[in-house]
Amino acid sequence: MWEYSDKVREHFFNPRNSGPLEEANGIGDVGSIQCGDALRLMLKVEPDTEVILDAHFQTFGCGSAIASSSALTEMVKGMTLDEALKVSNQDIADFLDGLPPEKMHCSVMGREALQAAIANYRGEEWSDDHEEGALICKCFAIDAVMIEDVVKANNLNTVEQVTFYTKAGGGCAACHEGIEEILAKVMAERAGPGEVSPPPACPATPEAPKPPSKKLSIVEKIAKIQEVLESVRPMLQRDHGDVELADVQGKKIYVHLKGACSGCMMEAATLGGIQQKMIEALGELVQVLPSSHMPLEA
Amino acid sequence: MEPIYLDNNATTRCDAAVVEAMLPFFTEHFGNASSIHAFGSEVGKALKKARSQVQALIGAEHDSEIIFTSCGTESDSTAILSALKAQPDRNTVITTNVEHPAILTLCEWLEKEGYIVHKLKVDKKGRIDLDEYKSLLHDRVAIVSVMWANNETGTIFPVEEMAALASAKGIMFHTDAVQAVGKIPIDLKNTKIDMLSLSGHKLHAPKGIGVLYLRRGCRFRPLLRGGHQERGRRAGTENSASIVGLGMACELAMNKMAIENTEVKRLRDKLERGILAQISHCFPTGDVSNRLPNTSNIAFEYIEGEAILLLLNKMGIAASSGSACTSGSLEPSHVMRAMGIPYTAAHGTIRFSLSVYNTEAEVDRVIEAVPPIVAQLRKLSPYWKDGAPVSNPEAAFAPTYA
Repeated sequence: MWEYSDKVREHFFNPRNSGPLEEANGIGDVGSIQCGDALRLMLKVEPDTEVILDAHFQTFGCGSAIASSSALTEMVKGMTLDEALKVSNQDIADFLDGLPPEKMHCSVMGREALQAAIANYRGEEWSDDHEEGALICKCFAIDAVMIEDVVKANNLNTVEQVTFYTKAGGGCAACHEGIEEILAKVMAERAGPGEVSPPPACPATPEAPKPPSKKLSIVEKIAKIQEVLESVRPMLQRDHGDVELADVQGKKIYVHLKGACSGCMMEAATLGGIQQKMIEALGELVQVLPSSHMPLEA
Repeated sequence: MEPIYLDNNATTRCDAAVVEAMLPFFTEHFGNASSIHAFGSEVGKALKKARSQVQALIGAEHDSEIIFTSCGTESDSTAILSALKAQPDRNTVITTNVEHPAILTLCEWLEKEGYIVHKLKVDKKGRIDLDEYKSLLHDRVAIVSVMWANNETGTIFPVEEMAALASAKGIMFHTDAVQAVGKIPIDLKNTKIDMLSLSGHKLHAPKGIGVLYLRRGCRFRPLLRGGHQERGRRAGTENSASIVGLGMACELAMNKMAIENTEVKRLRDKLERGILAQISHCFPTGDVSNRLPNTSNIAFEYIEGEAILLLLNKMGIAASSGSACTSGSLEPSHVMRAMGIPYTAAHGTIRFSLSVYNTEAEVDRVIEAVPPIVAQLRKLSPYWKDGAPVSNPEAAFAPTYA
């Protein structure tokens, strides 16, 4: 558990801006001693310009909680409140040259403290949907609450679907048993008493599609393909990626993976998920491939 | 600055004599103990010697009661699964809620498989209620599994008495003794304990070697089936070098048992008193009057354990913590929660575990190093102000959510 970056260590051993800030006019308290993490962020804001003149913190927590707090105070000094509101937890983690997946919640706490402090300065109520469960997927830092919520909201039934929606399970696969347990629990709730059936194992091959009622014209087919791509783009964009259609050649659909999606270790899972949706939408077996696989012009 | 290792309940260094005893078994004595030729018989003799060395340390009546395994976890799994398999009419396991994950995780899985698991509760000092225990002993119980000593607090459980109670009801008794073996005297032939797990690397033998003690006459089903090694009770070619190392380590532990319970205990007590005397709002956890001689677990209130460990590590001091952050989970140690240690303290527990290799000078250095570290972190804590906890933490720190 000592895989902290040099920058995390540096900010932990020499925290900046720690201790109370007497002239603070915006204070955000998040976390609690029960959770093992608690952070108070104190901002001194210039009322006319809304520029953050000074920022201090007090933190009860582990090394990365203290380092994240310290980093946050350094980052927001000199920002206007509106600029500061755009600071994401990923920005805090990036500032520290990354955090281990188990510790990403420390950066989330930093962002929340910032939002709480700004709300406090502006005299607003701040509430959040903060809930954390046991860490299930260590490769992508996805917890049980997140998986359960996504499974419920999207009526998911398989580990593969969970991977597509949340990334959980897409790395080393060690957490598939844990994901299956969550699926079994949610599916049992969904089915009601007496109708419990175990979740199907991660399928090696997609289920055979139902035969289409009528054959689609090429225009209809392209339109459906575009529709599917549009439906997955917001999810990819959330992870700073994107996708667009490159070409359709028979049963092969070529797509450009862009931004963070390109070269991502999850590329195969992303394409697999898109392919599953395509098969469902088109009612026929198709393959979704990266544009780099397109045959060269003859 | 020489590093100071006070994490011997996690693992220990191999004794030099252990390594020396092992080395020939990688080279000239490489044979398979099962072979008929001289290469094999040399190894066979060495295994026999090691078996008797282990037998002596735990006071087993027969050397055939010693089964070599790959680790403590394998021994634990073998014991519990064997009891269930050998007694199909019994579906219940009794254990405690402060066991090592080697037991607890297995029991959680058994529950999913339809078995019934009773976990005995502990009080604030980590002690079991024997009346509750007695009330649970019935003819559907396949096995009782209770640790001899707790790994986090060192608290010793009355396993000999508990085994006698189980035996009177015809119930098998297993103990996970990986923390106790080599630190306190054990004489199995004068107990009713049926099975015991030990692990080499906790007593200066290498990692990857363990033992399951199996009382003669106790019904048994192997976990690994295959060759006839260990009389067919644990198939797989013997890890001869490690077995020889474990034998040597057991002999050394036997010779050093007195030092462990006098000198190591004295240093542990000095360390604990030295820390408690200098720092306010901290306390030792577990049953301090009945614990392993090498273990001290101290809860520092209003600060978090991983942060303490990082700063100790910077000073060259290695210890461990029951804080959530060191385990990657969000909850502090299940042992601290089972004892009802308040959250204000549970996140800040630090375990110091000594060995015969620690010195007085090291203990003095740690006593000096800890107070400034605690002070530094408390200065950062929103629950601490002007050298004392804020008067009303609930009111002073009012988070938008908890």
